[in-house]
Amino acid sequence: MIEEIGRTTEGDLIINIGPQHPATHGVLHLVITLNGETIKKVEPHLGYIHRSIEKMCESLSYRQFIYVTSRMDYLSSHINNHGCALCVEKGLQIEVPLRAQFIRVLMDELTRIASHELWWGAMAMDLGAFTPFFHAFRERETITDIMEKTCGARLTMNYIVPGGVMAELHPDFQKDVKRFIQLYKSKFEEYNELVTGNVIFQNRMKSVGVLSKKDAISYGCTGPVGRASGVFCDIRKLYPYDIYNKIEFEEITETEGDSFARYLVRLKEMQQSIRIIEQLLDNIPEGDFQAKTKAVLKLPKGEFYQRVETARGELGVYIVSEGGTTPYRIKFRSPGFSNLSALEHMVKGLKIGDLVAAMGSLDLVIPDIDR
Amino acid sequence: MFSLENITRFIHEWLNGHFNPTFALFMEFGLVGVAAITLFAFLGLSLVWMERKVAAVMQIRIGPNRVGPKGIFQTTADTLKLLMKEGLVPDGADKFLFNLAPFIVMIVAMLILAPIAFAKNIQIWDINIGVLYLSAVSSLSVIGILMAGWASNNKYSLLGAMRSGAQIVSYELSAGLSVLSIVVMTGSLSIKDIILSQQNGWWIFKAHIPALISFIIFIIAVTAETNRAPFDMAEAESELTAGFHTEYSGMRFALFFLAEYINIFIVCAIGATLFFGGWMPLHIGNWQAFNHIMNYIPSSIWFFGKTIGLIFLIMWFRWTFPRLRIDQLLNLEWKYLLPISMFNLLLMTVVAIMGWHF
Amino acid sequence: MLNEDLKFKFTEILPAVLFEEGGEWLNVLVPPEELTPFVKQLRSAEGLGFDYLFCLTCIDWKTHFTMVYHFSSTQYRHNIVVKAKIDRNNPEIETVSDIWRTAEMLEREVYDLFGVIFLHHPDLRRLIMPDDWEGWPLRKDFEDPVNMIKL
Repeated sequence: MIEEIGRTTEGDLIINIGPQHPATHGVLHLVITLNGETIKKVEPHLGYIHRSIEKMCESLSYRQFIYVTSRMDYLSSHINNHGCALCVEKGLQIEVPLRAQFIRVLMDELTRIASHELWWGAMAMDLGAFTPFFHAFRERETITDIMEKTCGARLTMNYIVPGGVMAELHPDFQKDVKRFIQLYKSKFEEYNELVTGNVIFQNRMKSVGVLSKKDAISYGCTGPVGRASGVFCDIRKLYPYDIYNKIEFEEITETEGDSFARYLVRLKEMQQSIRIIEQLLDNIPEGDFQAKTKAVLKLPKGEFYQRVETARGELGVYIVSEGGTTPYRIKFRSPGFSNLSALEHMVKGLKIGDLVAAMGSLDLVIPDIDR
Repeated sequence: MFSLENITRFIHEWLNGHFNPTFALFMEFGLVGVAAITLFAFLGLSLVWMERKVAAVMQIRIGPNRVGPKGIFQTTADTLKLLMKEGLVPDGADKFLFNLAPFIVMIVAMLILAPIAFAKNIQIWDINIGVLYLSAVSSLSVIGILMAGWASNNKYSLLGAMRSGAQIVSYELSAGLSVLSIVVMTGSLSIKDIILSQQNGWWIFKAHIPALISFIIFIIAVTAETNRAPFDMAEAESELTAGFHTEYSGMRFALFFLAEYINIFIVCAIGATLFFGGWMPLHIGNWQAFNHIMNYIPSSIWFFGKTIGLIFLIMWFRWTFPRLRIDQLLNLEWKYLLPISMFNLLLMTVVAIMGWHF
Repeated sequence: MLNEDLKFKFTEILPAVLFEEGGEWLNVLVPPEELTPFVKQLRSAEGLGFDYLFCLTCIDWKTHFTMVYHFSSTQYRHNIVVKAKIDRNNPEIETVSDIWRTAEMLEREVYDLFGVIFLHHPDLRRLIMPDDWEGWPLRKDFEDPVNMIKL
């Protein structure tokens, strides 16, 4: 930090945004070098919520480490658990029953909608409109109520285990989800009218934080960030897991790569998630919700990599096993980490207001980055 | 019928009857001062309560409802809490300016209260350049804001104060031009004359299209002048934590906070006076019977009703729109609002000369 | 491209590569000195087009480190894993951040947690740990009596 001050030119202002700040979603510390209102350099300082998850997992068994991963990207906790469970199943060659696969995908998509809702509310709040936040949370409450009835928890639902899911769905699940879908479809026009069509929002988001396709690939941006720049990177389509290859849905991409494109991609993804849920809801087959597995899991010697599509992008779970009951090394390739590395490139030369809009559109969750 | 005039006349005669005229005058000064400060405090408290309730309704919740019936004592409780808080002066701050800034903003707000007519013949000071006085004195609040930002010794405050200063100075032009267009129709700068000229109908109805354009520009400009959303870049919560009043706590913060709401009241009062007739009831041309019925409603109720309607409009903006970026804000003023208001002034002059108004 | 074709192409580019068996994707073992020309060819050679580096990490086998790079191509949709063994006592390797920008922060993380020095990296500093932290946390011999609880 001290060297930075020496490298700046006369008249530059260095300000800190965060770590405690209403706009950074989590504890992110940005050191910004400003010339007037124009940004010259943005430097993220991470580590405020580093909990050494990777080191901890080296002493946890294969059944235990999944619960720690819910706390990484807590807004898409089901999907994190799903990725870890799939990796373990890959190593042990476990066959997951069809019913469990349906339940897992349903939970994933509900989580994706909940995550995007929170993103929408928080982004509108960053830009100064306080009302959409309440509307978004109203919808999110319905989803977390459904989660609570089935999984027992509202945020870190440790529901997906190697072999299937932990418990049976609660009896009212289909009724509740149908009610939610009906409620949600009517709200969607409200969202578009209130926020998407508003001229002030569009002016704040268009041409702000442009990321070209080449840069998106080079910076490793996946998820809605990559797709808004035109990169086809939906893991659900490219390397389908569970029953994604049997469901019909579209991969949403835009070409401009600015904040407004990222915004539209996420809104349309919510609609696609609703489509997936509708296809699955009435057709859940009967059967077991969990495959029979041994009590203590031991992965064979080797390396296993599994990718899943979280609400933020591609999560990679890389397990190196030496044949014991605990992994030798686990690496989580977190989507937020790569998305954040593109931030400086996106906002150089823009104003602070644009930094907030760009950061909001990246949808960062800092515990995901720091692990 | 009830009228505040009776009370003031009674007090005036009583004082003059019992003391010599100079002393009576000084007593009246004192009474008016006390009344103004009371009005200030009362307005500050009720407007904050109103804002919270309006916000709650728009955000599908209830708002304060515990302290007192429907939560009306919530603001009193909050102000008491602020009074009891420690008022920190940051280390490297310029002590004199730091302490002076909230007072300047408050004093300016009080000064502007003088020419406003609250009811028929209830006006503290009917100066013959009423509107000009209002414009001139309201510009002084920028000094308070810049002082607050500079003296805080904080980069965020400085950024916020600079933005705010640029914004207020720019939008005063549009506000001034809108006000000027009504003055063109009235032919006088004095507040009393402007209100009396609306005897046969409010200007927004009489001078139709140009007055409507003026009104819209006026509302946009005063929202920007009082640093309200969607123009609240200067105190943008999610970016600069609190802008120019980040470092203020306790009583000084309470002064800034209340002064903001008083400012909103004052600009809405000016808007109500110029465009909607102030305390003048709704009269339509020569319909004597209708006008006579309208006169039964006391003029103070007319005035406060209109002002509160405009305040509600401004609060509605805040909870609906996101905020504009600072360069978009200044763009809006210099490239769009200013040319439109200049053109509108011309249009209004033509309408006045040719007599195309009602 | 199929694994066989990739193997052929890689051996063409750099004869000293070894291939590991097992594993979902083709594992290529490269000597660390030859890493830079090899990965440059990965990016630019036709038919390969590996423009997406999606995982960069390091594994501490107690006698040596292994740098692991996972590459993918957005055009041809094939994935490979490139590994390089480096010396544990003097861990140094050339950076790839000039070819893939995502490697800047990923390599900083590896430096922070393992102590691997990336030559010619534009800005090699600690990322997650505090700036004045001593030690390399993710190494197997990292001892911290205050913060680590051994069960």
